[in-house]
Amino acid sequence: MADKVLMKGNEAIAEAAIMAGCNFYFGYPITPQTEVAAYMAKRMPKIGGTFLQAESEVAAINMCIGVASTGKRVMTSSSSPGVSLKAEGISYMAGCDLPALIVNVQRGGPGLGGIQPSQSDYFQAVKGGGHGDYHLFVVAPASVQEMVSLTAHAFNVAEKYRVPAMLLADGTLGQMMEPVVLDNITVEEHDKSWALTGTKMEREHNVINSLSMLPEELEQWNIDRFKRYEAMEEQEPMWEEYEMEDAEVCVVAFGISSRVSKNAIMAARAKGLKVGMIRPITLWPFPKKVLRAAADKVKAFVTVEMNMGQMFEDVELATRCLKPVLKCNRTGGCIPTPEHVLSVIEDAFNVGGEQ
Amino acid sequence: MGEVVFKKPHSLTDNQFHYCPGCTHGIIHRLVAEVLDELQIEGRTIGVASVGCSVFTYNYFKCDMVQAAHGRAPAVATGVKRSDPNNIVFTYQGDGDLASIGTAETVHSATRNENITIIFVNNAIYGMTGGQMAPTSLPGQVTQTSPYGRDVKTVGYPVRICEMLSELEGPTYLERVTVDNVKHVNAAKKAIKKAFQYQMEGKGFSLIEVVSTCPTNWGMTPEKSLEWLQENMLPYYPLGVYKDKYAEKEDK
Amino acid sequence: MAQTGILFAGFGGQGILFSGKFLAYEGLISDKQVSWLPSYGPEMRGGTASCSVVFSDEVIGSPIVEKPDILVVMNLPSLDKYESAVVPGGKIFYDCSLIDRKVNRTDVQAFAVPATKMAADNGMPTLANMILVGKMIKETGLISTEHVEKIIDKIVSARHQDLKELNAKAIKMGYDYEA
Repeated sequence: MADKVLMKGNEAIAEAAIMAGCNFYFGYPITPQTEVAAYMAKRMPKIGGTFLQAESEVAAINMCIGVASTGKRVMTSSSSPGVSLKAEGISYMAGCDLPALIVNVQRGGPGLGGIQPSQSDYFQAVKGGGHGDYHLFVVAPASVQEMVSLTAHAFNVAEKYRVPAMLLADGTLGQMMEPVVLDNITVEEHDKSWALTGTKMEREHNVINSLSMLPEELEQWNIDRFKRYEAMEEQEPMWEEYEMEDAEVCVVAFGISSRVSKNAIMAARAKGLKVGMIRPITLWPFPKKVLRAAADKVKAFVTVEMNMGQMFEDVELATRCLKPVLKCNRTGGCIPTPEHVLSVIEDAFNVGGEQ
Repeated sequence: MGEVVFKKPHSLTDNQFHYCPGCTHGIIHRLVAEVLDELQIEGRTIGVASVGCSVFTYNYFKCDMVQAAHGRAPAVATGVKRSDPNNIVFTYQGDGDLASIGTAETVHSATRNENITIIFVNNAIYGMTGGQMAPTSLPGQVTQTSPYGRDVKTVGYPVRICEMLSELEGPTYLERVTVDNVKHVNAAKKAIKKAFQYQMEGKGFSLIEVVSTCPTNWGMTPEKSLEWLQENMLPYYPLGVYKDKYAEKEDK
Repeated sequence: MAQTGILFAGFGGQGILFSGKFLAYEGLISDKQVSWLPSYGPEMRGGTASCSVVFSDEVIGSPIVEKPDILVVMNLPSLDKYESAVVPGGKIFYDCSLIDRKVNRTDVQAFAVPATKMAADNGMPTLANMILVGKMIKETGLISTEHVEKIIDKIVSARHQDLKELNAKAIKMGYDYEA
């Protein structure tokens, strides 16, 4: 086993990507994710890889499209406003069926927003961001160790289904240091016969393209793509259940909010309140089934998010509104306190009790 | 049977061009394909199609192709080239794509001296969307979005890409050519070939600007278009080599 | 204590984040759960800086220290801001050469160390933070004294051998300091 080291989340993502076989990184500086670029700038030349500071986020994502077209692993990273700029390219990647990893270390928005942590790009990550019918494989780490494992996992899943993947973190996770072990990274081999490697005059040309002037053809492309999404919904959801065995109230939180929520749950348990948590690790595909099952057992749900209530909607959908869902939100760069979460958990017992 | 004296280049597919009658895209495609054939690089060439009339170039070239978003072809090409420097990488872009929405990608790939070749087709109008004002439309030129003629006081002046890029330290080779007659077509091919050769030799960024026509959207016959090109386009966009880092050495 | 939250705060440039990092490495060496979270952004450059460190025997929930068990402050605004947040029975370490008031709370233990003055007097003007860390080690036992050298080895680059010795000296000075 590799040694434990202390690493910032942003650096852990970068090192994990390299260990996962990603030799190409294109990015543009923006707080609070610049350490990813800085780390790559230092490491890539040493391993014969490519680091390039692009002229813009727009150029960076399109450079990623170039590398992804050749079938190699490539990554870009940014923070919220920069990810908006990448949205066009992300849509093209989805339309061209190109695997790649986009990292969003979120900060407060909309607009230029702030530089403090946020989770307000949830909708952008799971519902689109760019134009057209598409999904990304979206993972939400809650620790520096998970930033390592999920970075590597995201590359594998992206290649397996030929979809772009997004790692959705936030400024807190990006900036914090925790001990990590850099191992257990497996690089899966997937079919790359579609890649642009030059015909070598031995095969028909490969074309990477999202354009069709024939509506029926374009529709069919979408239908085929959604078959892969269906398989992903079946096979790829990931979640963590915490203290759920006897829970009467279920907290749903991802990323850093789930960490704060754990403190609140411990405090609630100390008061005798039976509360647990389902933490979505994949935001798309969303762990619908486990939430739907929980809806039969608990009185109420509490969603804890650093936005005005985005994943909240997916929880209501997944649970078919069978039980009340209470919101616990902070936004703009503010982080909910355990006390705040605890107070909403207590409200949930009251609301749930009235039913 | 007679001897074959003229045939389609191997690097072109059998697909029929969608271009309008009299459009010079066909000639330029052919020149690129002939060069790929002559340099025997079709099998390791990856082309990047852009957005505009040339959006379908991926249907016409037999090499591997990727279709880029509007203006982003040089960034995509950068990725393709960095992925494997043995690839020969070219973009094929129009004036709206290269000189308006993609100006940043153009300038920065040039200043990085990215080892790619850009074929820039300048016909001073947006063809695909039906004849709107381009960054290279001439002063006074009537288009769908400059119905009273391009008014430089409100929309500014046409962009001269070769001149602009020639001020940069980075790019290796910049030349403006046209395809209005046989002599010019031959010169254009020579320039395109040199650009690809430079890339093969690792010499860096080259951009060949081809001053071109758009009979449909200019509202002229193909023949009249060529005259209009000679009388209006060429005075504003003079032909010639704007930069060639290796010119002197070769002349000696 | 199953979980300990430590908050370091002061001006940017005083080595607040470094002090936190020192502690975080103790967590790494002693195989405890540990998290280190800096305040980040432009405020680091000359403004106020703070840094949360959580030590735990179990998996750490929030890495944000809102109610510190231990507060280490190096300027007045930080003492003003965080004094009331310290848990009853907690410990406050402050640089009394920069903070000209005493701790008001009576339900916490306060330790005043003229760290900046001591550092300046001993030719190590940038290491006041480590003097405070030394005092904190003494009074809290959070870091095993045997680990001090090991941690310094890990966080001070090998190119700065002289700095390693100075850091060790600063910590010892703080450790031995009695008011």
